[in-house]
Amino acid sequence: MKAEEHKLTAKELPVGDILEAGTAVAFKTGAWRSIRPVWNAQKCIQCMICWISCPDTSIIVKDGKVTGINYDHCKGCGICAVECPKKVCAITMEAEKK
Amino acid sequence: MIKTTYAKGKVVAKTGNEVMAEAMRQIAPDVVAAYPITPATEIVQIFSQFVADGLVPTEFVAVESEHSAMSACIGACAAGARTMTGTSSQGLALMWEMLYIAAGLRLPLVMAVINRALSAPINIHGDQSDTMGARDAGWIQIYSENSQEAYDNMVQSTRIAEKLQLPTMITTDGFIISHCMEVVEILPDEDVKKFAGEFKPERYLLDIKRPYTLGAIDLQDYYFEHRFQLADAMNNAIPVILEVAQDFYKTFGRKYDLYEKYCMDDAEVALVIIGSAAGTAKVVVDDLRSKGVKAGLIKIRVFRPFPAKQLAADLAKLKVVAVMDRADSCSGAGAPLYTDVTAALYSNANAGLPLPKVVDYVYGLGGRDIDLDHFHEVFARLEKIKAGGPIGPVVEYINVRK
Repeated sequence: MKAEEHKLTAKELPVGDILEAGTAVAFKTGAWRSIRPVWNAQKCIQCMICWISCPDTSIIVKDGKVTGINYDHCKGCGICAVECPKKVCAITMEAEKK
Repeated sequence: MIKTTYAKGKVVAKTGNEVMAEAMRQIAPDVVAAYPITPATEIVQIFSQFVADGLVPTEFVAVESEHSAMSACIGACAAGARTMTGTSSQGLALMWEMLYIAAGLRLPLVMAVINRALSAPINIHGDQSDTMGARDAGWIQIYSENSQEAYDNMVQSTRIAEKLQLPTMITTDGFIISHCMEVVEILPDEDVKKFAGEFKPERYLLDIKRPYTLGAIDLQDYYFEHRFQLADAMNNAIPVILEVAQDFYKTFGRKYDLYEKYCMDDAEVALVIIGSAAGTAKVVVDDLRSKGVKAGLIKIRVFRPFPAKQLAADLAKLKVVAVMDRADSCSGAGAPLYTDVTAALYSNANAGLPLPKVVDYVYGLGGRDIDLDHFHEVFARLEKIKAGGPIGPVVEYINVRK
């Protein structure tokens, strides 16, 4: 069983609806996905269009190259698959396994 | 008649709008975003002239509506700027949703509000319907009887707002104060600047070393805690307002409280009133006193937070009270000040103190005059009730053709 989240009291909360920055890292939105992007390293031409298009910064880039997809945060919107050049077609959307 | 209290003060003839603009220049906020509206136009018009003439280093943002004005003020204040604006009536109404946001985000904005009737029918003259409608927005509300009070309240405003992290409105009655020239003691620039101090917010959005999200969605889990924080701040605001008033008195020699007590020591019948008409009513109190009537008056200065406990204790000493409302809430059960005063008394009655009889008068809507005779009429009724006469209708409308 997961330990119950400690909910801050009015005294503990910062005053005035302030939320510390960067909290989205801890919030795993990957579970929302019904379809997932699958990246093909052989087909990828490293044009970076998927990286620039992803609304959730879920395209993993290392040393200037795409190396995969962050499934912890990818919501499966499919923008990367649409934006990947048609001739390349390095990203395809597949159904999430139940 | 103004009593000069500060050796370095300068006595001048100025209108309410002029002195409010003057106080703003002296405080020199970082940002003023505003849109003109009668009768508050002059405040920001004069202030923008100060900016254009290089007399104040403020960033002046001319916007396209009051909704935008309050939005720009919220943005500026959240970014870490000391921010002020001014408006009236329909302008305040257009700011409505942003008023609640300024309070909910706990941004210490200061706004000069010139009280004016709300449409319809359209009317540019003074009543307090505009700010009375905003009484639940989470803003501090401080009302002024005359230009001197408007100026002094403005000088105190930023310190109150910033200490409490609550937005604050300073009001005066439209035209009666905003446009009438009175003798006012203006304090030296450097002394006001020193009194106001610097705005040092604990967190601000331009602090790039400590980034944060402001105004995130807040559902069943946290909204209530944030609103409780706001309520708690308002519940504990009175000592801060009094502390600033006390420091103002020590520094400049003019005394301010949550409300002014006029001839209240041994009073048996009294008015509770807000704003400029208190001046007229005081003349009647003096007249009645000279005839042996134990008349008194309480003039509310701080309406939000409402000084319920203090007021109830003072009213408990009276036999009959008339609450004078320059606004109607169309509730079918009395106007805003009346409902707050009677609620305060009832809470106090539970603590075992006696209850005076209380009636309500709605007066002066849309700038309708209230003169000495009307106040005499009110006091005459209070005297009759005191002598055991019937109370009659609890809520009355005075000087209206029914």
